[in-house]
Amino acid sequence: MSEPMLQMSGISKRFGATQALQSVSLEVKAGEALALIGENGAGKSTLMKVLSGAHRPDSGSMLLNGQPFQPQRPVDARRAGVAMIYQELNLAPDLSVEDNIMLGIEASRLGCVRRSQQREKVRSALAVLGHDDLPPERRVGSLSIGAQQVVEIARGLVSEARVMIFDEPTSSLSRHDVGRLFAILERLKQQGMAIIYISHFLEEVRQVAKNYVVLRDGQTAGAGSLDKRSDDELVSMMIGRSVDNLFPKVPHQLGPTVLKVENLTGQKAPLDTSFELRRGEILGLFGLIGAGRTETLRCLLGLDNSLQGHVTVGNARPAARPNARMQAGLGLVSEDRKSEGLAQPLSIADNLTLSALGRYSRGGLLRLGERRRAVSDWMTRLSVKARDPEQQINQLSGGNQQKVAIARVLHQAAEILLLDEPTRGIDVGTKAEIYRLMGALASQGKSIIFVSSYLPELLAVCDSVGVMSRGKLREIRAADDWTENEVLSVAIAANTEVEEVDQ
Amino acid sequence: MSDSSEPRTTEHVSVASWQIWLERVGPLLALIVVTLGFALADQVWGRGKFIEFRNVRVVLVSTAPVAVAALGMTLVIITGGIDLSAGTASILCATVLASSLNAGHPVAVAILMAVGTGSLCGALNGFFIGVLRIAPFIVTLGSMTIFLGIGKHLASSSTVSVAPELVPQWLSKFTSTAPPHWYGYIPNIPSGVWCALAISVAVAIVLSLTVFGRHLKAVGSNESTARLCGVNVFATKLSVYALAGALFGIAGIYSFSQLKMANPTEGIGKELQFIAAVVIGGGSLSGGRGSVTGTLAGAAIMGVMVSGCAQLGVSNAPQDIMIGVIIIAAVTLDQLRHRK
Repeated sequence: MSEPMLQMSGISKRFGATQALQSVSLEVKAGEALALIGENGAGKSTLMKVLSGAHRPDSGSMLLNGQPFQPQRPVDARRAGVAMIYQELNLAPDLSVEDNIMLGIEASRLGCVRRSQQREKVRSALAVLGHDDLPPERRVGSLSIGAQQVVEIARGLVSEARVMIFDEPTSSLSRHDVGRLFAILERLKQQGMAIIYISHFLEEVRQVAKNYVVLRDGQTAGAGSLDKRSDDELVSMMIGRSVDNLFPKVPHQLGPTVLKVENLTGQKAPLDTSFELRRGEILGLFGLIGAGRTETLRCLLGLDNSLQGHVTVGNARPAARPNARMQAGLGLVSEDRKSEGLAQPLSIADNLTLSALGRYSRGGLLRLGERRRAVSDWMTRLSVKARDPEQQINQLSGGNQQKVAIARVLHQAAEILLLDEPTRGIDVGTKAEIYRLMGALASQGKSIIFVSSYLPELLAVCDSVGVMSRGKLREIRAADDWTENEVLSVAIAANTEVEEVDQ
Repeated sequence: MSDSSEPRTTEHVSVASWQIWLERVGPLLALIVVTLGFALADQVWGRGKFIEFRNVRVVLVSTAPVAVAALGMTLVIITGGIDLSAGTASILCATVLASSLNAGHPVAVAILMAVGTGSLCGALNGFFIGVLRIAPFIVTLGSMTIFLGIGKHLASSSTVSVAPELVPQWLSKFTSTAPPHWYGYIPNIPSGVWCALAISVAVAIVLSLTVFGRHLKAVGSNESTARLCGVNVFATKLSVYALAGALFGIAGIYSFSQLKMANPTEGIGKELQFIAAVVIGGGSLSGGRGSVTGTLAGAAIMGVMVSGCAQLGVSNAPQDIMIGVIIIAAVTLDQLRHRK
């Protein structure tokens, strides 16, 4: 009935030999949300960069509110009313909430900021989002990620955006903040905002959006109403083949206990945590953000100090230093690929061999040829897609980077793998590859602790699953003995219990 | 419309207000502690002259030029930059001032030329940093020696002295600590100190009340965000270096007024004093943070220490060590405050 707020038609874009987008079209109406789904590298970000003015399309046209829309630079798109809420938030942490919201569009007279006028705008934007309790003078760097996201959305509102693009907005949010974000999205829709929502999580997409567009290899692989499609249908559109199994299982046998953790207590977390891990076992750890899962892994590897408790690997009790623990056979893949897990400016080879470089050293000199052969070998084994071992790691896709991170731990000959959110920000196809790899490793007798916030994968891939909350490991059961609701209620119940005591 | 069951945001605010308060007054507290410490030590072991007004005036006069230049450095550091050429640029300006007085130019012209030279030096830095996107450290490391060279050339590789009759009286009194110390009950504070105060107020206004000040912080805090929001990053950088350069030029005028001559090599190493003042005052070399009160306190702490040590008969060597310790301590405290 109404005209679409945004129409992109026949958008094509070519980078060198790669056809990143080929004749892609989509439209969003005011007050509606459109889900844009597709694997990493399918062209979602390129399409959104075209929309937000970072790239210019080779062909195709865009209409914004019925007017032709040809942004030359990101600023043009912003001014025209297209606001992009990035995955990595785009805020100046040292400025206040108000200054961030008004950045670039300050109300001023003779170069001086007119605070009262600004304050009013900021307050009304925050009120529209239902967050008028956020103090405008607060430094943004001191806010939680969730609250920072609110600031970024408010900035879009104040600059009179009519189209808002959310790129994986929940990837770093706690469950609580996700609920808050969804409430905001509802309010934005009521305000007549046209929303494009990009996410890997199909269940999320269904909550937010009515229609979908699936991209694959830069082309539209499907579009329509979400109600009429099952998850399986959407996934097969995304990866271009039908997936009989999103969570491939490799049969593996459990052996004797290889890791015994007794009453482990760290600075903040874990608290008094005990469990055992057997040879060939995949143990899942679930918990809300802040439950202490990452801290537990860090304590296990000796990266964080532990205040008390024992960690027994095999028959030995290695000292609580990363070196000793790694020697004993532990290896960690960090949740934060970008700043901790991998050294971004270095090559694949450097990253992969960093933890066991000594192997290639003769009299202090590195035998680079030997290392190169070994690295190529690992890359084939884990099917890392890259030009060659010397390619810089940050040129790879997230999934391939993750494979290199896992390969490093395998290369250092770890027997017990601590994987912290190994599938975060990775597309569905690569996720399945990583599950299969984990199963294969377990069948070779490696043991894995698998930390994840994505419950379905934990329950499908793990032998047993433990639930943490407030630093404590509350309960471990065989994966088959859990239902999603039971896991969640353990993770949340312990939470509310403490909160009630607090009040 | 407001649904009470909706989750609220304030519960996620993680920094207590006393921490913010401490951040603001921290450097001032440190200044008070250092001053009291020296005053006490001087009463016990020294001759009790440290707290005499005569000495306070000396401290103020020696702090003023450092403070003025450090304020310029504060602006630069807030944008995430650094200016290593500040020291040599500042004395280049003093050399220009001396030379043009010698050439018989009117004082106003000579002063304008000095400040203009500072601005030009800064603009040059800003141009290379903004346009060619070379790291500020590298650009200003290069321009540091360039300005030194130009200064030496102007001074024909020696010192430019100016005949006393060519120096107007107000300029020689600008930083004077000569008697009288009091006019009746009114303390005799030289105009240079008032000038530094006025500049401080102006810089504080720029930082807190103007759009430009907001953009400085935004650029230093997250440059790509600033660009995305339509801030002209190039113009902002160019202007901040030019503005800072003008302040370095003014610091050069102080230097000339104190010595009545200009020696270009004097400038070597001065930039480190300016940077130290900013850092002691809570400025962050990664950008986004820095304040006028902090920098003033930082400059004053160094001035107080030098004077205090002199009063106590402590030699130069321990002074240097103490200033170094203070710099590291200040940054360590700052880090502890910001680490959660």
